[in-house]
Amino acid sequence: MTLFRLRLATRNRAFLVFGIIIPLAFLFLFAAVFAKKGGPAVAYVLASILAMSVMGSFWGLSQQLVIFREQGILRRFRLAPLGAGTMLVSGIISNLILMMPGLAAEIAAARWVLHMNSWGNLLSVFVLSGLGAVTFATLGLVVASVANSMMETQVINQLLWLSFLLLSGVAIPLPALPVWLQKVALYLPATYLVTGLERALIQFASLQHLGAEIASLAGSAILAFFVCQQIFRWEPEEKMPRQAKLWVAAALIPFLLLGAWETKQGGRLSEARSIFQNTFSERPAQKAPVAPPAERP
Amino acid sequence: MSEAIVQVRDLKKSYGDVEALRGVSFEIAEGEVFGLLGPNGAGKTTTIEILEGMRLADGGTATVSGLDPQKGGPQFKRTVGAVLQSTSLPDKLRVEEALSLFAQLYGSRADRISLLRRFGLEEKRHAFYGKLSGGQKQRLAIALALVHQPRVVFLDEPTAGLDPQVRREIYDIIEELRKDKKTVLLTTHYIEEAERLCDRVAIVDHGKVIALGTPRELKQRSAGTTRIEVTLAKPIETTELRALEGVADCRALDGRTVLHSTRPPQTIVALVKHLEAHGNELQSLEIATPSLEDVFIEMTGRRLRE
Repeated sequence: MTLFRLRLATRNRAFLVFGIIIPLAFLFLFAAVFAKKGGPAVAYVLASILAMSVMGSFWGLSQQLVIFREQGILRRFRLAPLGAGTMLVSGIISNLILMMPGLAAEIAAARWVLHMNSWGNLLSVFVLSGLGAVTFATLGLVVASVANSMMETQVINQLLWLSFLLLSGVAIPLPALPVWLQKVALYLPATYLVTGLERALIQFASLQHLGAEIASLAGSAILAFFVCQQIFRWEPEEKMPRQAKLWVAAALIPFLLLGAWETKQGGRLSEARSIFQNTFSERPAQKAPVAPPAERP
Repeated sequence: MSEAIVQVRDLKKSYGDVEALRGVSFEIAEGEVFGLLGPNGAGKTTTIEILEGMRLADGGTATVSGLDPQKGGPQFKRTVGAVLQSTSLPDKLRVEEALSLFAQLYGSRADRISLLRRFGLEEKRHAFYGKLSGGQKQRLAIALALVHQPRVVFLDEPTAGLDPQVRREIYDIIEELRKDKKTVLLTTHYIEEAERLCDRVAIVDHGKVIALGTPRELKQRSAGTTRIEVTLAKPIETTELRALEGVADCRALDGRTVLHSTRPPQTIVALVKHLEAHGNELQSLEIATPSLEDVFIEMTGRRLRE
């Protein structure tokens, strides 16, 4: 099934455009505006662009699932000895594989063309990106399982996508947002992806120092996948049972708990401010209490 | 009859207030081609989808090869193959890839080349699904249903929407399945299809089986009669025509008058004389040997296809 999904994706020209060309274009645009001098500012911009690429998983799989359901393709697969889990996993794995060349191209462009001053911790970058791709893919599949039509899917996706884009540090640096919005950002999964990538690229944070980010993304992915399996629909006429809507609400619980915990701790926002100021300020900023310094090459 | 491989007992299914199935029962022996014939909305697709495991019945039982379609799991799915009434595959999937994919899903080592050849798709093996004609898509659908060599094959309106030439190609394929002693359940609203392909036919209307038997047995209900369809210049009471020589039955249907006669030449002569005597005129006349449609008309007072 995974090979089948990979074949379909690579035969779609939109994959090349949305998976590689557009993210690279955004990288060069953002770098031209915010990182003219190169160096660590490029790494900061790269973190946002990588997060945006990873979050693209949210759109791709959810739309494909709805199209398959509306066109009767899922009906045909339902006759085969194939469970909902296999359908979902094949989509998530194929999405992960397809994402990697784009991410590699963005990192290479940042280093060789835009003169990013180092590779950062590449292992942490790829693990976070991979985990982020799985998380956002499963979140997109939850939306696709809940929505009854392509139009509904696009409306829900737009609302969630814009909130991720604007409030998580992707389009607008977190420290530049009003304080109350920064606190709202702590409840969004994309925030942990962005701040984790910033730490991996700029502070060379190793996997052991990204425990909170990895745990939040992994936990969200596992819960979202479980919810998807419960509410998966093979046919458009199938109605979602009432208890399935409770499952969807349950998928939000980890974000609420994590957001509340981070709000109380306060460490993430102050670290994000520190990274931002160190990257863009000409004078060194005051150091906020942060996690132990990571390894440098 | 050998032990039935498909058993349906008192099947019931409702969609809201609409009773789609009101107690359907029948059995299919292994190696038999069995038809469900009826108009749109009769309950044919609902019946076959319950047997495929795609729908849950509200009452009654259905088993295929001793397995419950809902609980049979992967073993059930490997036992049956199906061509759905409305389904599709991704446009950018090649024909050969589709066969490989489904063969893998079923764990089958079927020879893809011979399947492609058998269904006339060898030249199209590298073509994208989206570029196939309607007939080619349907042939591929049948090939996919057979890729794992199932014991029972379900075909839901396999020739619906296809032109007559393509329909005959599909008939040839189904006749080959019959020669291979495959058990086939076929739903259709085409009388010719049921008469030509099926060993036995169940005529379904409004969620019930109203007649069941071989096509010959069913047509013998109108045995010894010939159908005469006439269009008249002025409407006429059917009771007047029932009294004519040789007339066994007379009904008005869709603006035409349908007579069943045991002595067609005498009936026609008597009809012309009667019309002349009452200032009426014969505008058109068709004569046909009894068909399954006549059985349906006899039992429901309506045509099979309205």
